[in-house]
Amino acid sequence: MHGLAFFLFLIIVALTLVITYFASKRTRTTSEFYTADSSLTGWQNGLAIAGDYMSAASFLGIAGMIALAGFDGFFYSIGFLVAYLVVLYIVAEPLRNLGKYTMADMIAARFDDKKVRGVAALNTIAISIFYMIAQLVGAGGLIKLLLGLDYVYSVLIVGILMTIYVVFGGMTATSWVQIVKALLLMIGTFIISIIVFAKFDFNLFKMFNEVKTATPLGEAFLNPGNKFKDPLDTISLNLALILGTAGLPHILIRFFTVKDAPTARKSVVYATWVIGIFYVLTIFLGFGAAAFVGYDKIVAANPAGNMAAPLLAQALGGDFLFAFVSAVAFATILAVVAGLVLSAASAFAHDFYSHILRRGQATEKEQMVAARWASVGVSILSILLALFAQKMNVAFLVSLAFAVAASANLPIIVLTIFWRRFNTTGAITGMLVGLFSALLLVFFGPNVWSPEPGAAILVGEPLFKLANPGIISIPLGFIASIVGTLLSSQKADSKKFEEILVKANTGVSIK
Amino acid sequence: MAIQKQSFEKHSQIDYSQIAQSPSFQQLMRIKKNFILSATLFFLVFYFALPVLTSYSKALNSPAIGPISWAWLFAFAQFIMTWALCILYSKRAAKFDEIVEQIRQEAKEGGSA
Repeated sequence: MHGLAFFLFLIIVALTLVITYFASKRTRTTSEFYTADSSLTGWQNGLAIAGDYMSAASFLGIAGMIALAGFDGFFYSIGFLVAYLVVLYIVAEPLRNLGKYTMADMIAARFDDKKVRGVAALNTIAISIFYMIAQLVGAGGLIKLLLGLDYVYSVLIVGILMTIYVVFGGMTATSWVQIVKALLLMIGTFIISIIVFAKFDFNLFKMFNEVKTATPLGEAFLNPGNKFKDPLDTISLNLALILGTAGLPHILIRFFTVKDAPTARKSVVYATWVIGIFYVLTIFLGFGAAAFVGYDKIVAANPAGNMAAPLLAQALGGDFLFAFVSAVAFATILAVVAGLVLSAASAFAHDFYSHILRRGQATEKEQMVAARWASVGVSILSILLALFAQKMNVAFLVSLAFAVAASANLPIIVLTIFWRRFNTTGAITGMLVGLFSALLLVFFGPNVWSPEPGAAILVGEPLFKLANPGIISIPLGFIASIVGTLLSSQKADSKKFEEILVKANTGVSIK
Repeated sequence: MAIQKQSFEKHSQIDYSQIAQSPSFQQLMRIKKNFILSATLFFLVFYFALPVLTSYSKALNSPAIGPISWAWLFAFAQFIMTWALCILYSKRAAKFDEIVEQIRQEAKEGGSA
């Protein structure tokens, strides 16, 4: 069994390295490195967004959560999808029109200030690193389960591969790895869903009726409230899900890979279709696992339910389907971490090095070298942190990334585009308050503190009761931006705002 | 398209305030704002209605069609809503693009005059 899975892993590794080889030939300038020279079509970028976004946490995690907790797992599916309306309506087009390589470019287009750029880059790096550690720790555990490889080797393999894609192939290779992964993931999910549905005679009612008796939850399986018991926490989670996506740096940089705002819009629409279909199918994955693998076996393989989808594949299609789904999960991790490395590295190299340290005076060659070294640096740092965090439960890092993105990035993006009065002080206070309030609330919350030894990182009573800080930190981010603006003596530059307004809405004069 | 943009950028002195105050731009902002504000408000309310209803009441737990409860129907409706608002936005955006093109033309003529 491991032999077959190993073989498929090797095929995926070979395929992605071939992509990287061809991409490396056309990665000579910074624009090619950061944005694939903005040459992607709407379809390509739509698939790449989907490939960048549907992480192992959503593929394996949601399937497992639905299998174990029923309806509540589906909340994630809904939130992850509806979030794209925020991306489509508010963020995608202005971002393409104002930005060049990073999110900080967009804010710097209005506030030409080093401090603003620096803080925006800091947020990008913080979010990317949290997200990446979670992905790498998950990857290590997963490959260990699937292939029997040791955790350390698993993390090293994934880490080295992602470094190769980004350093040699830049955004072109990263995008194509994401496109290939999105297609593989859709094919795999589709096949399993059809088999599951066939087992229920293609009858939804039969499926819903049968899962009522399939799990220890009984009829409660189909009702909300098995996992999310605290109403405020549930709403807080949903807030972070729906508002966080539009602030995730690795999603935002995907809009620089297309040539103009209409193409950016089209790519979000395509991504929304692909992601939506995928998340509908998570019901079949979850219900199928509950019915054909069974609660005990899922929990025995992994208490969080992460093995539900691969085990379902094995139960339905034997070793080949298991190996295929495992290989898809592997490709998923590679695609997502490559996108994360690129977003953190561009913040380091483009924002900190080129703009702040070199004041925009670095030559094209120096910028390329900086971008590549930054990618290597980010990779090494994340690999080390992931090795160190092996024994920790890092699932909270993903929710932290969403909370920081929603609290620190989204308010600034929205106010930069829409508020005439907004100024530098407001932007800086908003970003810092959003970042640190989310961090502190998580640090004092139940993800870090639990009276039960082993349930969280530290033993003790949490000072803050909610696992998800969004309901407090998101309003704080907005309020701090507004209060910071109103309290500072700076006058807003109305002419500059009109320029941004025109540029953001018409795309006139993007460089 | 690309050629058009380039020739446009040659007019290095773009008066953004003038464009911002032009009737076509004002019209663009008005129809965009109307659509985006109302649609965003709608989907936020629709989206949060689900967790609020499931957290604070059991109303959605009763069966709607066969064994499928209202909670699941509401959940599926979120998908339909997302796709529908995507299609709607694409349709409206075609109109936005037309006005943007008009603004570009006007700015070009204004700049060369």
